[in-house]
Amino acid sequence: MAHDTAADVRTLTCIRCPKGCAITVTLEDGEVTSVTGNTCPRGDEYARKEVTNPTRTVTSVVPVHGSATCSMVSVKTAEDVPRDCVRGVIDALRVVSVEAPVRIGDVIVPNVCGTGVNVVATKNC
Amino acid sequence: MPSPAITSTALATYDVVIVGGGSAGLAAAIAARDAGSDSVVMVERDDRLGGILNQCIHNGFGLHTFKEELTGPEYAARFIAQADERHIERLLKTTVLDIRRTDADSNPSTPADSTTPADPTHPIDVCCVNAERGVFHLRAASVVLAMGCRERARGALDIPGTRPAGVYTAGCAQHLVNIEGQLPGRRVVILGSGDIGLIMARRLTLEGATVACVAEVMPYSGGLKRNIVQCLDDFDIPLLLSHTVVNVEGERRVEAVTIAQVDEKSLRPIPGTERRIECDTLLLSVGLLPENELSSAAGVSISPTTRGPLVNESLQTSVPGVFACGNVLHVHDLVDYVSEEAAHAGASAAAHAQALRDANANPPAATPATPDLELPIECANGVRYTVPTTVAPTRMGRSLKVRFRVSGVFENRHVSVYVGERRIYHKLRPMLAPGEMQEVILVSKQLEGARPGEKIRVLLEEE
Repeated sequence: MAHDTAADVRTLTCIRCPKGCAITVTLEDGEVTSVTGNTCPRGDEYARKEVTNPTRTVTSVVPVHGSATCSMVSVKTAEDVPRDCVRGVIDALRVVSVEAPVRIGDVIVPNVCGTGVNVVATKNC
Repeated sequence: MPSPAITSTALATYDVVIVGGGSAGLAAAIAARDAGSDSVVMVERDDRLGGILNQCIHNGFGLHTFKEELTGPEYAARFIAQADERHIERLLKTTVLDIRRTDADSNPSTPADSTTPADPTHPIDVCCVNAERGVFHLRAASVVLAMGCRERARGALDIPGTRPAGVYTAGCAQHLVNIEGQLPGRRVVILGSGDIGLIMARRLTLEGATVACVAEVMPYSGGLKRNIVQCLDDFDIPLLLSHTVVNVEGERRVEAVTIAQVDEKSLRPIPGTERRIECDTLLLSVGLLPENELSSAAGVSISPTTRGPLVNESLQTSVPGVFACGNVLHVHDLVDYVSEEAAHAGASAAAHAQALRDANANPPAATPATPDLELPIECANGVRYTVPTTVAPTRMGRSLKVRFRVSGVFENRHVSVYVGERRIYHKLRPMLAPGEMQEVILVSKQLEGARPGEKIRVLLEEE
């Protein structure tokens, strides 16, 4: 006999790899009780994280002065930041510009938006 | 028109000339060098290596190759560093005009010669132009075509309406935002759900534009799922499947577009479903076309399905010594697969150059050996194309990756490979979609005993 609880069932598309498994996550009282549809452990990990603490890598560009080859240098958050911080990171980058030379990995903005994550260059300019 | 006169100065001669210095050209060059070719050159028309990766600032590149998520410029930088370490020559800001085998007098053969096939052991002439040297020639034992693809533009779509400014391809907008630092518009409609369109929906939103919707004429998206999740769902941008743009308004600048639902079968707009959306920009992400004008002029046979060269297991085209890889061969969704494929082409090109050297040093006996058995690969039942389209079991090594795309969305189908009537591969795939390239690995042992006249067939089966 199936007992009906206040189960919250969410369907997600796994983005850990291009396969894009359709994953079903069941939550009860905010706790993940089952993950199905994934074909590897990374899918399970992704689904649990996506329903409890979704994060994203943010990428953008900032102006670079004094470079012979580039007018903009591409940047990224060195690690994922909470999804709710994505727009905050972009806003923080709006007022930033850098001087050449810039190397991949150079810190452009430390501890962006208090996330503890640095924004780093992704291009040599 | 006669070929430009060749000056008496000694021509630069290479084992492998690679046309293009993007992701495919870089990987091909590195692999050719590592396979023993001493003289390898990349000819690149842009002022830097890396190709389209330079403007793909988003992350997600390199999961297969480097086991980490890199941005496009970082992925390119890793390969450029490898090319630098190997001191691989490159000609930047240089365009290849023509690829043609040389004749008995060591001149590029003229088209009139094409009735008598040129000796496939003769070197290939690669005619180039740049601002410094004007028109000049390179000689190559092998050529790798790695020119990539370009975007389908408005002219290919027959969208009715006016012709105002503000209609861009998604890749053009990507260049404007990420390389030039310019926002192409404020209120945007995107037609087509190819990956670049999805990526640009997010990019423009983050830069302060409003993306009203992404309209896709097919009942499914041509983009990767991760891009639908991270670029559209995250920002509540609607994806309107089975919709297209039926009108563009505006005199000097786009003022509005009209979208309408289409019939899933005929893809024709359904009267009464039109909706007008005010906007200043229309982005097109409606497909990529391999850039094969050079290949065709060189006599390379082109597949009507992929619009790329027909190749064998070594990724050699119908012209001996000319190889192809990356998006000029068939459009890929992941750069990692481009790099892997291009490395195969580069190694094959190096082996071809070595074989020509060996043959010249030690001419083969008068009676040629019997040619290798070549099996054609055919596709059916939902498989739209394969790369390669022929396999010589004697030349494939221990295994061979056959890449393919399906013609629609299929759930729970088996991918099967037959040699003649013998099924050698049969595996369940829960989900197959046209936007995601598939692969099967053929093992040479499975092809043992294949007879002349037999075919390899790749198809989908219900069970």
